[in-house]
Amino acid sequence: MSTPTLFGLCAAVLIGFGVYGLIVNPQPLRKILAFNVVGSGVFLLFGAIARRGAGAGFGGDPVPQALLITGIVVAFSATALAVALLLRLHDEAGSVTLASDVPPAVPTAVAPDSDAR
Amino acid sequence: MISVLDAAPVALILALGVWTIVARDTFAAAVGFIAYGLLLTLVWVRLSGVDVALTEAAIGGGLTGALLIGAATRLRTTEAAARAETPGAFTRVLAALVAVLVSAALMACVLALPDPAPTLAPEVAANIAVTEVGNPITAFRAMDTLLEAIVLLFALIGVWSLAPDRVWGGRPGPRQHADPNGILAYVARVLPPIGIVVGMYIFWVGADHPGGKFQGATIIAAMWLLTIMAGLTDAPPISRTWLRIGLVAGPLVFIAIGIAGAVSAGAFLAYPDGFAKPLIIVIELALMPSLALILALMLAGAPQRELHP
Repeated sequence: MSTPTLFGLCAAVLIGFGVYGLIVNPQPLRKILAFNVVGSGVFLLFGAIARRGAGAGFGGDPVPQALLITGIVVAFSATALAVALLLRLHDEAGSVTLASDVPPAVPTAVAPDSDAR
Repeated sequence: MISVLDAAPVALILALGVWTIVARDTFAAAVGFIAYGLLLTLVWVRLSGVDVALTEAAIGGGLTGALLIGAATRLRTTEAAARAETPGAFTRVLAALVAVLVSAALMACVLALPDPAPTLAPEVAANIAVTEVGNPITAFRAMDTLLEAIVLLFALIGVWSLAPDRVWGGRPGPRQHADPNGILAYVARVLPPIGIVVGMYIFWVGADHPGGKFQGATIIAAMWLLTIMAGLTDAPPISRTWLRIGLVAGPLVFIAIGIAGAVSAGAFLAYPDGFAKPLIIVIELALMPSLALILALMLAGAPQRELHP
């Protein structure tokens, strides 16, 4: 088995871990984290494919590598936006639950915006 | 053949991947994710993607990790409630089954990849002389660099727009008060001059070697955040005109050069003969400060303090 194949298989396993975490973890921040694990697995898989395309004096195909850098930056942007949404939800509601059947009379320990001061 | 150098990081990455998913505490999981990101950079080096490794270390592991740790700290009070919502055994088994199926399908694809692999490397080698830039990853990133800078800018606008009306235009994050004689304040005085030089070097060397404006801008943004965390400076109110101009200056210069290319060389972002390298340098120089501002402010988050308290 060659090195890129090993890393490709590792990437496939990481994507599996991330998918499991995305479904099972109830805390939204953990879902964001799991989604980032899926993302890094996808990047790694793409990187392994880029490495297989080595040639013409390059250690890997430069085109997928350039796309990967864009991918990592865009993944960071999306994560930052998701985290900001989550923190605002926390400020407004006092909890971050995604459950649809929250009892309506839950007394919120934190009043809206109170920890924004 | 698989060497220990390949197998060891793979084993560690898989272990840390499990840790970030199953750790009880979100904060611990986020710390695990940073270590995971740093180990991934080793794998990127092994895959001959040194540019990707630098980006992964700076943005994938570093900035994302810092963002998640900050959020985990603020959401600490919700941990117990979230844990109570953990789905039952049936859902977990089903999720594991889905995950295994996804992994198995991807593994089958990895093992069935065509040989020899399709590649664009010869085309890149044939055309790189046109740009006069030595690093292929810097040379051919015109359109996607422009678009990713704009994605970052839009994400920052999105983050800001989540501020409550009351604090709109105010400063992000709480005011930090560190001991002025403590180690944090000391590091925040000593490290930034070195960090700025390293950041500029990584930016400059990106023309011919691995590096570039994103990695350099991340280091400079980190230095700025360090001085903010140590209480030496404060995050600027987001309504400041200089700040807004700084944020859009880089992308605007890029778009202006792109339109100039449409007029003089016949296509958007086409460079006239002989001007490719100077124009790429102008674009990178203009983008770097904007990117440093955007990345730092994205990490600082939505405004939390009123402009005139």
